[in-house]
Amino acid sequence: MLATILEELPRFLTYYNLLFLAQAALATLALSAFGCIVGVIVGFVLAFVRLTPSRLWLPLRWFAFLYTEIFRRVPFLVTLMLCFFAFQATGYDVPLAVVGAVTVALIASAFIGEIIRGGLVSVHRNQWDAAATMNFTLPQTIRHVVLPQAWKIILPPAFGFFVMFIKDTALASQIGVIELTYAGKVLNNKGFSAALSFGSILLIYFAISYPLARFGKHLENRLAASRHHRT
Amino acid sequence: MLHLDITGLEARYGAMKVLDGIDLKVGRGDVIGLIGPSGSGKSTVLRSVIGLLPPSAGTVLLDGTPIDYRNAASVRTVRDRIAIVFQQYNLFQNMSVLDNVTVTPVKIRKRNRDEATAEARVLLEKVGLGDKLGRYPDELSGGQQQRVAIARALALKPEILLLDEVTAALDPELVSEVLDTIRVLAGEGMTMIIVSHEMAFIREVATRVCFMADGRMIESGSATDIFDNPGEQRTKDFISKILRH
Repeated sequence: MLATILEELPRFLTYYNLLFLAQAALATLALSAFGCIVGVIVGFVLAFVRLTPSRLWLPLRWFAFLYTEIFRRVPFLVTLMLCFFAFQATGYDVPLAVVGAVTVALIASAFIGEIIRGGLVSVHRNQWDAAATMNFTLPQTIRHVVLPQAWKIILPPAFGFFVMFIKDTALASQIGVIELTYAGKVLNNKGFSAALSFGSILLIYFAISYPLARFGKHLENRLAASRHHRT
Repeated sequence: MLHLDITGLEARYGAMKVLDGIDLKVGRGDVIGLIGPSGSGKSTVLRSVIGLLPPSAGTVLLDGTPIDYRNAASVRTVRDRIAIVFQQYNLFQNMSVLDNVTVTPVKIRKRNRDEATAEARVLLEKVGLGDKLGRYPDELSGGQQQRVAIARALALKPEILLLDEVTAALDPELVSEVLDTIRVLAGEGMTMIIVSHEMAFIREVATRVCFMADGRMIESGSATDIFDNPGEQRTKDFISKILRH
């Protein structure tokens, strides 16, 4: 297998192949980054809405609850197809990348929203009570008291999700979005061995996800340092 | 006019009634000792007054003005004027001692940071923790944490201070340092409602003692009345059991 790879390598490492792979990697990166960024923003909103105590917010709380529960349970591919056909039904010629981006945002928001909510409610009830008796509003309680204590609960699963999510964006290839997995298939179809085509893809996925995991660890150490371990 | 006038207060946890017709009249500068067996509803009275468990019936008047616990502005007013110190201290674990005391004046009440910090330093000196400003709650003993909690409550300049079994979570040798702090406050004329099992302390500082059982106010009177000459059998039983220990 190694001999085959070495033999194919000069033909594989052409300017156009590398450009193709770089563009595909960029698409994967863009889809993942878009999903994660929108996911964090919308996820915070969903988590916040679900924590509001007021009756006035009840319809929104129900919406946030249903949204989270539905999109966490529906497989990525099904959501992707639903978005694909929903956009098709509008009659507009929406680029496939947009369909992919909307899908990843829908799914990431639901997952990250639940991770954030779980982290916030894990902070002891007495911290919320103390803040309430001193007239902190809900946003002030979350910002000044709860979130700083919740990071250590939120960050590990959030970054675990981000890394998993980068891999899941491969499913966008099913509707024709040219991302890394799709690029692997194209190169394989061009006659390169599966070991070389998908081996390269594997390395690029690793190159994207490993720094992200390290960044997560760094943030965890910075934001979630336990006071017990201070020196 | 009474400082705090509670009439027919009821509170529920779901369907269960935990306070049943509580009447409590608190004059300015009064120190009320709330005593009674565990589960009698003493802490719940404090949680209801501060709005953590809004009353399901009854009236609470603060300086003659009724508090509407369904109205956020009314509850905010109560919490601006009444502060509570919890049994488990409830200090913000992510903040230093100084930040715990200054966070509400600065971030919530939008006071000048330098002024609030200077006042916090004075308060922390007063409770004997002037050398612990940069420490975090988990680096302090229980007694020290409770004194920070008292300083934090005092930084809000409350008219009434609610103290919920503030010594119950402390080792015996740490109890006196917290009681000394409360003694000073009582001497300064602060209106306080103290829930405690420290009977000797209640006898010493309380201007009036109220005995509760099963969510009801059974009896109230001077410390001498309640401890030496209780009128109700349940009070007698409780006092005799406590004093035997």
